[in-house]
Amino acid sequence: MSVAGGALKLSRKDFVTDQDVRWCPGCGDYAILAQVQKVMPELGIPRENIVFISGIGCSSRFPYYMNTYGFHSIHGRAPAIASGLKMTRPELSVWVVTGDGDGLSIGGNHLIHILRRNVDVKILLFNNRIYGLTKGQYSPTSEQGKITKSTPYGSADYPFNPIAVALGAQATFVARSIDVEAKHLQETLLRAYHHKGTAFIEILQNCNIFNDGAFAPLTDKETKNDAQLVLEHGKPLVFGKDRNKGIQLRDGKLQVVELDSEVTQEQLLVHDETDIGLAFLLSQLAAPEFPTPVGVFRAVTRPTYEDIVQGQIQEAKKRRPTDLETLLRQGDLWTVS
Amino acid sequence: MSVTPAEPAVQQQSKPRVERDQVVIRFAGDSGDGMQVAGMQFTNESAIAGNDLSTLPDFPAEIRAPAGTLAGVSGFQVNFASHEIFTPGDDLDALVAMNPAALRMNLGDLKPNGILIVDREQFNELNLRKAGYDSNPLTDGSLAKYQLYPIDITKLTALTLRDTNLPARTVNRCKNFFALGLVSWLFQRPIEPTQKWIASRFQKRPELAEANQRVLQAGYHFGETSELFASSFEVKPARLAPGTYRNITGNSALALGLVVAAHKADRPLFLGSYPITPASDILHELAALKEFDVYTFQAEDEIAGIGAALGAAFGGAIAVTTTSGPGMCLKAETINLAVSVELPLVICDIQRGGPSTGLPTKTEQADLLMALYGRNSESPVVVLAPATPADCFSIALEAVSIAVKYMTPVIILSDGYLANGAEPWRLPNLEELPEIRVEFRTDPTGYYPYLRDPVTFSRPWVIPGTPGLEHRIGGLEKEHVTGNVSYAPVNHEQMVRVRARKIAGIAREIPPTRVQGPSEGDVVVLGWGSTYGPIEAAVRKAQAGGKAVAHVHLRHLNPLPSDLGEVLRRFRKVLVPEMNLGQLVKVIRSEYLVDAVGLNKIQGLPFKEAEILRRIEQMLEG
Repeated sequence: MSVAGGALKLSRKDFVTDQDVRWCPGCGDYAILAQVQKVMPELGIPRENIVFISGIGCSSRFPYYMNTYGFHSIHGRAPAIASGLKMTRPELSVWVVTGDGDGLSIGGNHLIHILRRNVDVKILLFNNRIYGLTKGQYSPTSEQGKITKSTPYGSADYPFNPIAVALGAQATFVARSIDVEAKHLQETLLRAYHHKGTAFIEILQNCNIFNDGAFAPLTDKETKNDAQLVLEHGKPLVFGKDRNKGIQLRDGKLQVVELDSEVTQEQLLVHDETDIGLAFLLSQLAAPEFPTPVGVFRAVTRPTYEDIVQGQIQEAKKRRPTDLETLLRQGDLWTVS
Repeated sequence: MSVTPAEPAVQQQSKPRVERDQVVIRFAGDSGDGMQVAGMQFTNESAIAGNDLSTLPDFPAEIRAPAGTLAGVSGFQVNFASHEIFTPGDDLDALVAMNPAALRMNLGDLKPNGILIVDREQFNELNLRKAGYDSNPLTDGSLAKYQLYPIDITKLTALTLRDTNLPARTVNRCKNFFALGLVSWLFQRPIEPTQKWIASRFQKRPELAEANQRVLQAGYHFGETSELFASSFEVKPARLAPGTYRNITGNSALALGLVVAAHKADRPLFLGSYPITPASDILHELAALKEFDVYTFQAEDEIAGIGAALGAAFGGAIAVTTTSGPGMCLKAETINLAVSVELPLVICDIQRGGPSTGLPTKTEQADLLMALYGRNSESPVVVLAPATPADCFSIALEAVSIAVKYMTPVIILSDGYLANGAEPWRLPNLEELPEIRVEFRTDPTGYYPYLRDPVTFSRPWVIPGTPGLEHRIGGLEKEHVTGNVSYAPVNHEQMVRVRARKIAGIAREIPPTRVQGPSEGDVVVLGWGSTYGPIEAAVRKAQAGGKAVAHVHLRHLNPLPSDLGEVLRRFRKVLVPEMNLGQLVKVIRSEYLVDAVGLNKIQGLPFKEAEILRRIEQMLEG
């Protein structure tokens, strides 16, 4: 680490701790950790101003491996802890690392509330659609009928769609990326960092022990271009290995169309990150009928929670005397001599 | 102000005054009748009159129970005296009952020959039936042993306001001020504080301010001019310690104490909370004090309330969460996280009747064992309990001071009685209050997250933003000193022991136990929390009767004072009155092998002095 000419020069290594990483060999979390450590130096902020907060689960070990400030808390509660920290220390860059169980099951309430408040915290939800740390029970994002240790007859639960949950909670930044899509993940992380407000990224992550291949069509070289729909603001929704397919909006519904002489790119739906209706429609796209969208579904600005709170405090300080004597002497007083 | 205060009516006295040294009065009516307001204003008037006082608001959990029913009765009791007092009083010298239901619910507490003021018109067939009366008690002779004053309060209020255009419903809602005015005359209270209060309360509704002022005065003059009352009563000022006083409730005192503590620590105050009776008023008070660097966060639930507070503590704020029993259950896991990561956190439990939702508006002190032991594994925390409403101020300062010095959660056990009850509070000299030292470590040399102070065993508080000291904390067991995750068997035992020793060592901060009364003798009454008042009153009575009885009141429930066992053993018998089934008594028996016995009342109401005195006398005989 060196500071030269006022500019901070950090490298990936500066963000690596001396702790042995204890995820299972082959876990998708390694890839995510690597991308986060690569992106951190690009933020241009000193390590001491970065805080990673997590709950419980495989993903929540993350802070131990980041050489920043870190807090490995309790199951589901990281958004609450992050909110208290960010409100009082808005100058810090606060990141929450959570999983599908931590963030959408036990901590579902905290997740939706931090999103609606728009606290400037970056939330990385590693979605592997399974409980890994407790050894293989179904999660709130597992598909219905999933056979696991706790659902030998198949899960009766209908799964959450994390993107739709975030949009429903009025999140101002909602994105999806994939553990092994290094470049896409880095770009998405950077955009999340530069978004002023809560940024929610669902990162599809492979658990090679308990749910191996959950996202295989999206990551296998052979199939991924047909299975992924990369969202780019202002650009038509084109996908496919040969870039010959697209998404059209017809009668209020999204449809896959083949591009040919009849249907051109100009007739395709153009992605607009500010349109929550469109974002919601896109969030519903899923295999096998549709490709799975990755990228930024929604990015809009709204005042952050901590800015409003800090503003109220500054305003109160301007308008009212901060004299403790006066405060204590409120109400009717009398003197005994 | 839109209203000119009236001439002080006090000077127009002509009827004789009878001197009393103490009066206990209760205002009772429908929960929509404004009895809490009347009671509070009467309290303020009595405070300005210089009396010592103690109050007991008692209201239903329903915001508006059906009118006229027993379930909807709301009461406010005030004890005011020319000498030092400790309780809201056992039995009533005077009762104001605004309807039959209020009479039925409260008459049992009125002394024989006590003053009974009722709103006569409300004793109609419908209301009598709702209250379960077969015949009208005002006329059937059943109230013969009281000084009964049936007054047409509703009608007189309407007459006072007949020249206004106010709707009948609004007029009717002014009648509490008629009752207050009347009783203010009867006990020679100054009504100026109430006039000021009305003016400010209804600043934006001058017509309501005017109406209530007129009704208040009408009530006052009615007392003076009507033939009903032959005399009024006077209670001379009490000889309180010199100083400037105000009236304060426990919740207000706690809120102010937290603000002052954060100021003394030169840190922002953060309150993470979720609305719950009877703790919400602390959130309300602090939410209005942003200019003092106070952050209030009304969270999505109890867990997020304490979670956000712990996050703020990590960032260096004076962090607090406030709740009551059901919320304490939900916060247990986060309290344990604070125990494990050793961050300062103040948890205020304003206890109420339980289990479960229980009695939201009634008092109880049955969360002691939960505070001490109600978390998984070995989880030592500091537990403190204020004794009186005003004491909540100093307990807040002490809690913050211990939390930051020892890097630990501190639980404050207040209760519904302290929270809503009021007493005169001598304003502290802010300069003389001790500073609270907060030191954030910034030196990276030799730093480890769990390196401990050799005396306090406290770990350093290092806040994010400090260069070179980046570190990770968490709920997993950590290695002694380095703080790295460790599952090593011997290390775990060492960490469990060191956390326990850290908290036990706080006993060094506790002054020698104060024994009120003889230092040895027949009976020592040991209490904690809000039972202070009735215990002190009962013990003083026993002492006045020449008995070797003493009172010891615990403020520190964990750790306990180191001399406590020795102090208790100097008495033949130990009596522990508690508003639970016997929680402190269990702790005392197991800790000191002392044969302490309990006196237990679990009725959602504080002890009466007489209840404790009776038990003391029994123990002296036995």
